[in-house]
Amino acid sequence: MHNEFVVVEGDFSNAGKASSEIKKTLKQLNIDNQKIKKIVVAVYEAEVNAIAHAYGGTIFVDLDQEKIAVTIKDVGPGIPDLDKAMTVGFSTASAKVREMGFGAGMGLPNIKNNVDELEIKTEVGVGTEIKMVVNFL
Amino acid sequence: MKISEIAKILDAQILVSNSNLDLDIQIKYGFASDLMSDVLTLDEEEVVLITGLCNIQTIRTAEMANIRCLLFVRNKQASEEMIELALENDMIVLQCSYSLFRTVGILYENGLCPVY
Repeated sequence: MHNEFVVVEGDFSNAGKASSEIKKTLKQLNIDNQKIKKIVVAVYEAEVNAIAHAYGGTIFVDLDQEKIAVTIKDVGPGIPDLDKAMTVGFSTASAKVREMGFGAGMGLPNIKNNVDELEIKTEVGVGTEIKMVVNFL
Repeated sequence: MKISEIAKILDAQILVSNSNLDLDIQIKYGFASDLMSDVLTLDEEEVVLITGLCNIQTIRTAEMANIRCLLFVRNKQASEEMIELALENDMIVLQCSYSLFRTVGILYENGLCPVY
């Protein structure tokens, strides 16, 4: 099963819509609740990141009986120092992002803690692509 | 502790509840935070999220974290969009006038457990 969602820059009121749709689909398929929580928490954090930091992007969801793979590809500033960005507490978030309850430097570490596979490709001035996989088996 | 008991001891209003039966749901833990990424780290789900952060992302965060009960302190007003989303996700949303400090103090004293 393949699905796609569009992410719009600064559109905080819609942050979480893709994660919410993914959650509904996985529930209908009777996937284990803990597995569902892991992928939706990771995708939600990544959605917030893309809305907060990038100029827009697309979420690609691929689902089969064994796993779910979600890739968020954005057009944006990229991440100059990925090791730093993976450190708990490091953040470049704006005041607006902090007002929404995020921006404490926990997003990428939270993503890493919830997924079985994580691949981040980033290029300064071009954008970032995050691929997350949660195995069901 | 039942949600109805939480509402009673805090003199809280029930903003969202699909059914009166929902107020009988047992809540074991309390977690107070305005930082949503922190909420997203929780494994426990029999939790009431106590917060002063009142926006659509508070509801979304609870949805992703499988938290059904939310409590807004200091009379924070939930928007229509928030109420709709909470109803859609079968949540129970309470609102009280007390400060975050006083609210968690009362709940702790009455036996609600901390997550950490």
